[in-house]
Amino acid sequence: MKPPKFMYCDPDTVEDAVALKARYGHDSVVLAGGQSLMPLLNMRLANPDVVIDINRVTDLQRITRDGEVLQIGAGVRQSVLETEPLVADLVPLLGQVAPYIGHVENRHRGTVGGSLAHADSAAELPCAAVTLDATMVVQGPAGTRTIAAGDFFQGLMTSALDPDELVIAVRLPVTTRTAGTAFVEVARREGDFALAAAAAVVELAADGRFASLSVGVAGIAATPVRATAVEQALTGQPATAATIAAAAKEIAGQVTSADDMHATSAYRKHLAVTVVKRALGAAVATAQERSDGS
Amino acid sequence: MTTSEHSTDLDTRYGSDTRTVTLRVNGRGVTREVATRTTLADFLRDDLDLVSVHLGCEHGVCGCCTVLLDGGSVRSCLMLAVQAGGQEVETVESLSPDQDRLHPIQQAFAEEQGLQCGFCTPAMALRAREILADGKEWTDEEVRQEISGILCRCTGYQNIINAVQNAGRKLRGGPGAARDETKGS
Repeated sequence: MKPPKFMYCDPDTVEDAVALKARYGHDSVVLAGGQSLMPLLNMRLANPDVVIDINRVTDLQRITRDGEVLQIGAGVRQSVLETEPLVADLVPLLGQVAPYIGHVENRHRGTVGGSLAHADSAAELPCAAVTLDATMVVQGPAGTRTIAAGDFFQGLMTSALDPDELVIAVRLPVTTRTAGTAFVEVARREGDFALAAAAAVVELAADGRFASLSVGVAGIAATPVRATAVEQALTGQPATAATIAAAAKEIAGQVTSADDMHATSAYRKHLAVTVVKRALGAAVATAQERSDGS
Repeated sequence: MTTSEHSTDLDTRYGSDTRTVTLRVNGRGVTREVATRTTLADFLRDDLDLVSVHLGCEHGVCGCCTVLLDGGSVRSCLMLAVQAGGQEVETVESLSPDQDRLHPIQQAFAEEQGLQCGFCTPAMALRAREILADGKEWTDEEVRQEISGILCRCTGYQNIINAVQNAGRKLRGGPGAARDETKGS
């Protein structure tokens, strides 16, 4: 249970990190927060020639507002999402999601970019990224490019990132003041990965109908998914418990996870409907509070 | 410069099997040569003899290797020792420099029988110190959640929760209060 031998590199600029990634490609791994990679190294399930530690790249640790976009550097620790006022103010869903990422001991080290690049379909941040229509900013030898969250997550632990590229930031549209947001997760134990989880962002019209809504679900397929059928069924409909409960059933059709040691597929379908229903109910409640308070 | 020359330059600039690391551990400056693949947990145990850092699972599940890094709890088996360079690490030894005088948190664990085998206790005591640092009062349910990253296979947790609450009362003042004499300076 000790890491294998590897060449350790700790560049202090993005350019040097990318140059190392370009040189070593599949023979190298990027060490960000280490909360998923270090277990793999300790158990020797990963045996890379080169470990590229990006913790000294201070350029990756910034949170900035750029007009109607909040840009979070890949190296920002997950625990910062819980405490940073800029995040709570501009993209409140992130602060609601963060406490469910592992345990606090993991969030003190784990990074935003690390979780996104790891692309675990049961993880919270990829789910939030899909829900919020986030954009990944990635850098390779040829420069930077952006990838929409919906295109970034491609399969089980698989992203659109090329072997010579690094996630350097995630860009999130600033959430409307009147929108309601919520996150609901069911896991076996505190800190475990989700059996199923749902994030919701809703905007209500003056007459109480859904003006727009966005629902993302984790843990039910190879990637985090948008509950498009649920979104379409509810747009323009009254935001009542009955309409939400009826529409939430649509998510069951998107559950593709097979039976595993954690849950049967049938139970996941049941949970998916439940978390979507609860997340939408909670998001509607916060939207109503916010519009009453304004 | 060609790409391969530049890359070779990168290897010599960054790539290495050993490093000199300088950090503060329990208030003392420490400089050591370490293999870059050495975890912080192994460095603390093997190089500094701080064997209160308990290795249960070595892959980030049990939480018994928890230490405070610049005041925040981390799993020391999921970090390399070189990554702690320039930072402050606290193990449970930092609570009471004098073996005959218990820290209020240690006293509370003893009074409430907040330990049985003791394997998780250093981690639990450090986590208690972290959550009690700003004097906040917690509900039992909140404490249960806050310590959920550390597994205890003996106590069923209730006595640990009682110990954290008892320690909180001691540290905040009131009847039987004691000061956290090791905190700050």
